[in-house]
Amino acid sequence: MTTKEYESYYVPADSQWPIIGALALFCIAFGAGGFVSQIGAETEGSGWGYLLMTGIAIVIYMIVGWIANVISESMSGLYSEQMSASFRQGMSWFIFSEVMFFCAFFGALFYARVLSVPWLAGDGANVMTGAVLWPEFQAAWPLIKTPAGGETQAMGWFGLPLLNTVLLLTSSVTAHFAHLALLKNDRTKLKLFLGITIILGISFMFFQVEEYIEAYQHMNLRLDSGIYGSTFFMLTGFHGMHVTLGTVMLIVVFMRVLKGHFTPTDHFGFEAASWYWHFVDVVWVLLFLFVYIL
Amino acid sequence: MRSRNLSWLLLGVLFSSSTWAESSINLTEGVTGVSHDVYDLHMLVLYICTVIGLVVFGAMFWSMFFHRKSKGHVAATFHESTKVEILWTVIPIFILLAMAIPATNTLIAIENNDNSELTIQITGSQWKWHYSYFDQDLDYFSVLSTPRAQWDNLSGPGEEKGENYLLEVDKPLVIPINRKVRFLITSDDVIHSWWVPAFAVKQDAVPGFINEAWTNVDEPGVYRGQCAELCGKDHGYMPIVVTALPENEFDAWLKEQKVAAIAAAEAEKASLAERMTMEELMTLGESTYVASCAACHQANGAGFPPSFPALKGSPIALGDVSKHIDIVVNGKSGTGMQAFGKQLTLKQLAAVITYERNAWGNNTGDVVQTADVKAATGK
Amino acid sequence: MTTSTTDMAHDDHGYMATGIKRWLFTTNHKDIGTMYLWFAFIMFLTGGSMAMVIRAELFQPGLQIVNPDFFNQLTTVHGLIMVFGAIMPAFTGLANWMIPMMIGAPDMALPRLNNWSFWILPFAFTILLSSFFLGGAPNFGWTFYAPLSTTYSNGSTAFFVFAVHIMGISSIMGAINVIVTIMNLRAPGMTYMKMPLFVWTFFITAYLLIAVMPVLAGVVTMLLTDTYFGTSFFDASGGGDPVMFQHIFWFFGHPEVYIMILPAFGIVSTTIPTFSRKKLFGYSSMVYATSSIAFLSFIVWAHHMFTTGMPLIGELFFMYCTLLIAVPTGVKVFNWMATMWRGSISFEVPMMFSIAFVILFTIGGFSGLMLAMAPVDFQYHDTYFVVAHFHYVLVTGSLFSIYAAAYYWLPKWTGHMFNETLAKAHFWCSLISVNLLFFPMHFLGLAGMPRRIPDYALQFADFNMWVSIGGFAFGLSQLIFLAVVIKCIRGGEKAPAKPWDGAEGLEWTVPSPAPYHTFSTPPKID
Ligand code: HEA
Ligand code: HEA
Ligand code: HEC
Ligand code: CUA
Ligand SMILES: [Cu+2]
Repeated sequence: MTTKEYESYYVPADSQWPIIGALALFCIAFGAGGFVSQIGAETEGSGWGYLLMTGIAIVIYMIVGWIANVISESMSGLYSEQMSASFRQGMSWFIFSEVMFFCAFFGALFYARVLSVPWLAGDGANVMTGAVLWPEFQAAWPLIKTPAGGETQAMGWFGLPLLNTVLLLTSSVTAHFAHLALLKNDRTKLKLFLGITIILGISFMFFQVEEYIEAYQHMNLRLDSGIYGSTFFMLTGFHGMHVTLGTVMLIVVFMRVLKGHFTPTDHFGFEAASWYWHFVDVVWVLLFLFVYIL
Repeated sequence: MRSRNLSWLLLGVLFSSSTWAESSINLTEGVTGVSHDVYDLHMLVLYICTVIGLVVFGAMFWSMFFHRKSKGHVAATFHESTKVEILWTVIPIFILLAMAIPATNTLIAIENNDNSELTIQITGSQWKWHYSYFDQDLDYFSVLSTPRAQWDNLSGPGEEKGENYLLEVDKPLVIPINRKVRFLITSDDVIHSWWVPAFAVKQDAVPGFINEAWTNVDEPGVYRGQCAELCGKDHGYMPIVVTALPENEFDAWLKEQKVAAIAAAEAEKASLAERMTMEELMTLGESTYVASCAACHQANGAGFPPSFPALKGSPIALGDVSKHIDIVVNGKSGTGMQAFGKQLTLKQLAAVITYERNAWGNNTGDVVQTADVKAATGK
Repeated sequence: MTTSTTDMAHDDHGYMATGIKRWLFTTNHKDIGTMYLWFAFIMFLTGGSMAMVIRAELFQPGLQIVNPDFFNQLTTVHGLIMVFGAIMPAFTGLANWMIPMMIGAPDMALPRLNNWSFWILPFAFTILLSSFFLGGAPNFGWTFYAPLSTTYSNGSTAFFVFAVHIMGISSIMGAINVIVTIMNLRAPGMTYMKMPLFVWTFFITAYLLIAVMPVLAGVVTMLLTDTYFGTSFFDASGGGDPVMFQHIFWFFGHPEVYIMILPAFGIVSTTIPTFSRKKLFGYSSMVYATSSIAFLSFIVWAHHMFTTGMPLIGELFFMYCTLLIAVPTGVKVFNWMATMWRGSISFEVPMMFSIAFVILFTIGGFSGLMLAMAPVDFQYHDTYFVVAHFHYVLVTGSLFSIYAAAYYWLPKWTGHMFNETLAKAHFWCSLISVNLLFFPMHFLGLAGMPRRIPDYALQFADFNMWVSIGGFAFGLSQLIFLAVVIKCIRGGEKAPAKPWDGAEGLEWTVPSPAPYHTFSTPPKID
């Protein structure tokens, strides 16, 4: 790196957004905590839900404000090459942390499939567990009959899940095309492919909701139907939340594109969103493999 | 330097006090083959660490005394040496090997449950142990027997503490010596851990799973331990007492227990016909309540909400009798409220329910008889 | 490296908000570092006060002061606060203050994010502490094993879970910031193998953080759904396993304990060479040792679970890996020893704490090694022997290293020398009382006293009394530190740019107190 670049490392003087963000998280966490605690309790209707909603409102306000700040700084040329390297590295480590978050849930899935379910049926050193505590229980995956006797149906991979896989994989490709178009500064193609990506993302979520409705209404597959339902909804649910977030990011990027932002050399905002999108896609492929097919 | 003098004073007091004479400061050697092996391993590591410590700290103190600036020592300039660095990477590896090999052997022995002569299922629950002798038709609960007045000093000075304060139970587990006894350990609610130091057995009681452990005791005696996994409020009040008897005495004990069990069943049947007065029920009810229920619902019925509901003014205690009987006899799964149908006699159940419906201002006036409990549950 | 102060260009932008706004809106790494450090200290006093109640209750057998349920709340919150509220933020504070100065950067790479990471913390702990008034604080141990923390909890689980979530966000953002700063903002010429070891250890710690904090977030999320939404991750009747909770928790938990010790290694690797007036012995082996410890920390987690009924093969694997950690840690200890060897040693307060650190941490490491022996751990597990082990590595380890760091850089931070007499009093009082506090705990554990109990059998009475006396003395001694710091901020002998003659590093090339903005132009590193 040269000294010149270094000198222009931009340190914002001060900013109100972080503390607003912290306040927002406080309201969300406290509100959600109180709200969830009340589930199943008789006393209902206190202010927790409002606190939670206030927090969400503040967080939206914060994100909009903060991003607007960053965009205007970026547009007025305050940022250097080194600065965007920082952003880029920051984003990639953030995605890495998200990967680890999913690892926890995949870990739970593998543990249940490979260890706890067979153990409960008496595998390995757990002969007595099976014989004394759960004499009726048979190990199987998907676990359609729990040790306590609850029954459910397994979600097949054909149909909606397959369709969703195709949708998401295609969207990853179109996102990549959009990037190529941006590098060539072909704005029309950029808009086209970005638009398609967003539509694919939204339709993915639509079908995901369909699938959940199907599971709840017709298959007796619910969050509380044993470890199969738990892992199924936890993994697909968190993935769905990430798709939602990714779509929102793409929409923001799309609007910036419409406004004429981003150049072939400087488009960190675009890159961040598209990396995130690819990450969400990879997670889905793993999900499809381990939750649906195998 | 006043603080330094003070420290000598403190140390002096520490060493001269009766502390060392009275309390043991080392691991127990125990009374089983495994516990001896474990003890030996413990001493081995302890010695190794002490020696390494002496060398390392010795070298540090040496430089602190002789290589100090105030003595005019000038710093040397070396700052690496591949040779020493390799040396102090490799030597520890060998030391560790010397520790790992015997540890592996002991561990393999601990995990070998084959060829046991007696199997006992141990079930932990908040906050008592249940022992069930396999194929023997014998099972019972084992609960702390130190009176509350000895340990509850919150409201007053309380009674003087007995010799086996907090380490005594109403009915100890009884096992024979010189036989391999296998334990199947599990739990009804949260995780507990069954630990008797003299046997070097500590095994978690995990709800829904059975963990195995075994022991083979050399000497008859009474051995004491405690629950070793945080299991809620009264985790500290969940002792374990094991009586190890010579083989013949154990067999005799087992016979005796069976006779007693038959007698108890007879008494249970007889009590069905009995009709007790309110007074009788309340007296028996109070003592039963204090022994079995007060740990959660408190002696004054206030409970510890939200974990443990108050019974004073509780809708169940004031409402429908059959619901009240049902929750006491069958418990409520997934909560601390256990099924007391197995733990108490019909008479005690009737009494404790009557008591709850009439104590602390719960003036329902209901009298619940043994036969009512029987009728409501078909027990 | 340049050592004179005159040839450095300091561009003081002259901009600094005043009053409360300065602290709320700041993006300055020094301000944020200061806030982290104060926050950590306040949390330390809070958690310490809880420990005082614990020790008072355990002063003699019988229930004297608190009921068993409240006792459990106190131990739980004591552990949580000390780990997440005191030690970790203190290290982050040091990272914020020192890393940019040590690598010649103008600030942290993502200054606004930095402020956000900090301000989340006070809010998170407000939530955690307020649960004391909302039906009871967490009472299931800082390890919150299911199902005690799910089905059988006292209703605090939701607040606890969400507090941990936002704490995790804070740690992850803080870690990303450290990594990006180090990767991206080193002054020209400062290659990785020229970075101060302090910077290296924080760099590796930050990786540990982004790898395991999300796993913690994941496991508390499962805890939440198990408690309130009927999932059965940790419930055998639905096909799950309570022990699975422990696996996931300790996959986070074990690296977590190294998160609390690696920075300490970095600190004493800075102070010991300074006061031995000799270069650090084996710089590169220190870097490799730190990395190996970090790597090994991912494959030893189940040494906390030897008694849970794991298969034999698992127990053996985790025992061997755990024993292996002694090797790289040993390399570190030996290197410090060799650094002192034939040096020109003087005993300023930071050095006193550093030496105490090396010896007492090693003792804690030895007891760790004993715990690592699976068959013997069957005896030690969940007794006061474990409590003794981790307080040696955490209090005389992490905490003492933080004191060493604080005394080492106080002149740089405040521009004044601290009161040496008071500081020495702090050291000696702490050293003596801390051993009286934690050493007898080994004996208690070996004699069979379980941990997390509010009352105990009579044979444990004498030692517990001594431990409690040591505890009160240690607690009071910490107030001396507060006095030293306040006095030092208020005034005192003017500190030169480099108050320690043996010190090396860029932070000593700027005046004391360090100007608000350092290194707006990068220094040159030869
Ligand atoms: C800063 C925190 C920290 C650190 C650094 C360590 C370091 C180590 N810990 Fe510790 N540990 C904790 C914090 C820490 N621990 C906590 C908080 C708990 C309890 C959690 C709870 O349950 O609440 C715990 C519990 C704990 C257990 C579980 C005990 C139980 O519950 O039954 C075990 C078991 O293996 C263990 C082992 C070790 C080992 C082997 C090391 C090693 O890293 C130590 C290595 C160091 C040395 C060995 C000394 C120096 C080396 C030499 C001089 C070289 C030569 C030596 C030889 C070859 C012998 N620790
Ligand atoms: C980094 C961590 C850290 C630190 C610094 C400490 C510091 C201390 N710890 Fe703690 N401790 C843990 C981490 C830590 N601990 C953890 C993780 C657990 C496990 C929790 C669990 O089981 O879930 C634990 C558990 C634990 C227990 C076991 C509880 C049990 O199992 O039942 C005990 C008991 O003595 C204890 C004592 C102390 C004491 C006396 C101090 C002292 O060093 C504290 C000294 C500080 C002060 C006292 C504050 C400053 C002074 C004042 C505010 C003035 C007032 C002073 C007086 C009135 C004298 N701790
Ligand atoms: C280990 C703790 C524990 C013990 C011991 C215990 N209970 Fe309970 N009890 C509970 C819990 C927890 C509940 C709440 C269950 C629920 O969530 O509905 C409860 C609920 C009850 C209720 C219903 C109260 C209501 O309003 O919901 C009654 C009646 C009751 N217990 C009676 C008893 C009796 C009688 C005994 C002793 C023979 C006893 N309990 C011992 C934990 C305990
Ligand atoms: Cu049962 Cu602790
Ligand atoms: Cu560990």
